[in-house]
Amino acid sequence: MNALQRLFRFNGGVKPDYHKEPSTHLPIAVAPTPTLLVIPLHQSIGGPPRPLVKAGDGVLKGQRIGDADGNVSSAVHASTSGTVVAVEMRLMPHTSGLSAMCVVIEPDGRDEWVERNPFDFRAATPTATRDYLRDAGVVGLGGAVFPSHLKLNAGKQGKLDTLVLNGAECEPFITCDDVLMRERADRLLKGAAIMREMLAASRVLIGIEDNKPEAIAALEAASAGNIDTTIQVVAVPTRYPAGGAKQLIRVLTGIEVPHGERSTDYGVQCFNVGTAFAIYEAIALGQPLISRIVTVAGNVGQARNYEVLFGTSMRDLVALCAPLPDTDRVIMGGPMMGFRMPSDDVPVVKATNCVLVGSQKLFPQPPPEMPCIRCGECAKACPADLQPFEMYWFSRARIFGKAQEYHLFDCIECGCCAYVCPSRIPLVDYYRFAKSEIWAREVEKDAADLARDRYEFRLLREEREKQEKAAKLAAKTAAGREKAAAALAEAEKPARTPDEEAKHALIAAALERAKAQKEQVHPENTGNLTAEQRAEIVAIEARRAEIREQAKPHLRQDD
Amino acid sequence: MLEALLVMALGAVVLGAALGYAAVRFRVEGDPLVEKIDAILPQTQCGQCGFPGCKPYAQAIAKGEAEINQCPPGGEEGIHKLADLLGREVKPLSAEHGIEKPKSIALIDEQTCIGCTLCIQACPVDAIVGAAKQMHTVIAKQCTGCELCLPPCPVDCISMEPIPESVESWKWRYPVVRIVPADKAAA
Ligand code: SF4
Ligand code: SF4
Ligand code: SF4
Repeated sequence: MNALQRLFRFNGGVKPDYHKEPSTHLPIAVAPTPTLLVIPLHQSIGGPPRPLVKAGDGVLKGQRIGDADGNVSSAVHASTSGTVVAVEMRLMPHTSGLSAMCVVIEPDGRDEWVERNPFDFRAATPTATRDYLRDAGVVGLGGAVFPSHLKLNAGKQGKLDTLVLNGAECEPFITCDDVLMRERADRLLKGAAIMREMLAASRVLIGIEDNKPEAIAALEAASAGNIDTTIQVVAVPTRYPAGGAKQLIRVLTGIEVPHGERSTDYGVQCFNVGTAFAIYEAIALGQPLISRIVTVAGNVGQARNYEVLFGTSMRDLVALCAPLPDTDRVIMGGPMMGFRMPSDDVPVVKATNCVLVGSQKLFPQPPPEMPCIRCGECAKACPADLQPFEMYWFSRARIFGKAQEYHLFDCIECGCCAYVCPSRIPLVDYYRFAKSEIWAREVEKDAADLARDRYEFRLLREEREKQEKAAKLAAKTAAGREKAAAALAEAEKPARTPDEEAKHALIAAALERAKAQKEQVHPENTGNLTAEQRAEIVAIEARRAEIREQAKPHLRQDD
Repeated sequence: MLEALLVMALGAVVLGAALGYAAVRFRVEGDPLVEKIDAILPQTQCGQCGFPGCKPYAQAIAKGEAEINQCPPGGEEGIHKLADLLGREVKPLSAEHGIEKPKSIALIDEQTCIGCTLCIQACPVDAIVGAAKQMHTVIAKQCTGCELCLPPCPVDCISMEPIPESVESWKWRYPVVRIVPADKAAA
């Protein structure tokens, strides 16, 4: 079958050392249930789920503890049975070192499941099936954790040409998909068949880098006994990042999905092989997503893949693999695209495909960055056909608009450019910086637009209230005004409304009072005066009287 | 229940219509420059610039009657953007108009609030809900952090709380260029 498949290629890419072998010697092991599970509520792209439990509640394995917040979100579940000891902020497996809401569960050791029922997706509407998968917490397990139910939608045409399953696993050190394909090929294919039906896809292509012959053989063997001949296993050349969704789609189908468009509109949709397995478990067994296969590799005595319950501390997991004494960091993901963790005491989540243990020796500090010499190596290596040095320049100078013009958001942060850069510039760090700044500005702009609308609405409301008041007043006094107008000789002089009359009376009264008060008050500083001072005062008073006399005619005129 | 729903739905329709009307009614006719300036201003509507709102300040800038460095919430970045747009010189933020502060939102201490409605009248974006003699609350999403509600409160129960960073709002830091001491670099 392989020979029939015509392959295409993507531009750029690199060939880093793969380091995959050490973790594939031993079969997948089940990591022991820890003494405490810290399960973050927000484990997928989209809205953070709302907690459904509180401290003191008993939970069963697979019980939903966080409800999807709207459709772009995904539920979370208890990974084992036990007692909720807290719903609180805990350190996240995130570079920021910030905390977020987690459900902390103390396992009771019984590992007792909730009732599990297979879901008959053939009898259900597509929407009901998608809702079911959302509530089963199924998300993309390649690392992006995009809710799968949103992608299981055939798009405009209602059917799909090709469903691509991504088993390329191009990132160094990571082998979780490899061992999954080797050991669970049959169930993975059942998942693929379910997805093919849901998407009405004419064919399924499983793309695997040709450095995984065991996985390819296992899947081919499993599909040989399968009646479903639309599923094809395709070996693709080993070149990082062949496992990028766009790159794999391009290699397998030759289709290039333009920026900002959905691959479904081109008849293709791409899922990770681990996701296909999770869909099989959710639909065929009624099991929500509560664990995944995680590679532990790097600076450890025995690298291996484990089936790990979500919420297990990375520290507990790493301890199973005999970390070497000079270990100084834990990275989630691989060396190219992974994220350094703020501590090793952070939970394994749905996005954790690999816990990479590092040391100064294994990953030495790169030498300091040098100025860009515009050699163009980065552009040659970029699999997304971008111009990394231009994006770098504008990101560094904080000219974000320009960086965006060079398609910053098409960058998949694969790290190829930084890998080949002779000036050792941490290019991806600059792109991540620029992207998050641009996102923050987007959020600010939306807030400003909202404030502008609300402010203008308030102005409108105030204006309207003023007019209404004026109209009411006018109606009330219309009669009175007519009378007044008739009575007044000068028609031009606007009549005073009773309100204004009242005001005038009030003002007059107030003036009257003030005058009376003034007369009563005697200046205080005129007692105990010397003879000289008194004489001076008399002289001043006389002068004032004179001025008053002189001013009188003018005052009268004014009157 | 149904009644409540109907009332809410009616409210939504009426407000929507009013907002739509406001958009048309208060459009500044044919001055794209004012619009462009207004798009840069942060719409905090705080009046620190000395004008009754962001739009009037934008109009004053367009007419050349105001400097571009009078908006503290817009900060240095806002000044740079205005300077770029108008071809004027960048100036530091005018101290007499205020200083740039981290973005905050108002928080009403609901225990102390006496329900006097004075803050509701002060809020330029109607971000405070509550009725007479009932506790008031700030709708965090709509609050611009203008601080206009602080002075009218007779019991001083409103405070400004800086918005904390979350995993979602966290931003990647500007990459730090490491400087290695010469002796270590040689070693
Ligand atoms: S590879 Fe490095 S030095 Fe060469 S152009 Fe790209 S960023 Fe500049
Ligand atoms: S990190 Fe971005 S710019 Fe660099 S090679 Fe990958 S896709 Fe291209
Ligand atoms: S709630 Fe207070 S600080 Fe917030 S926008 Fe309204 S008046 Fe300004």
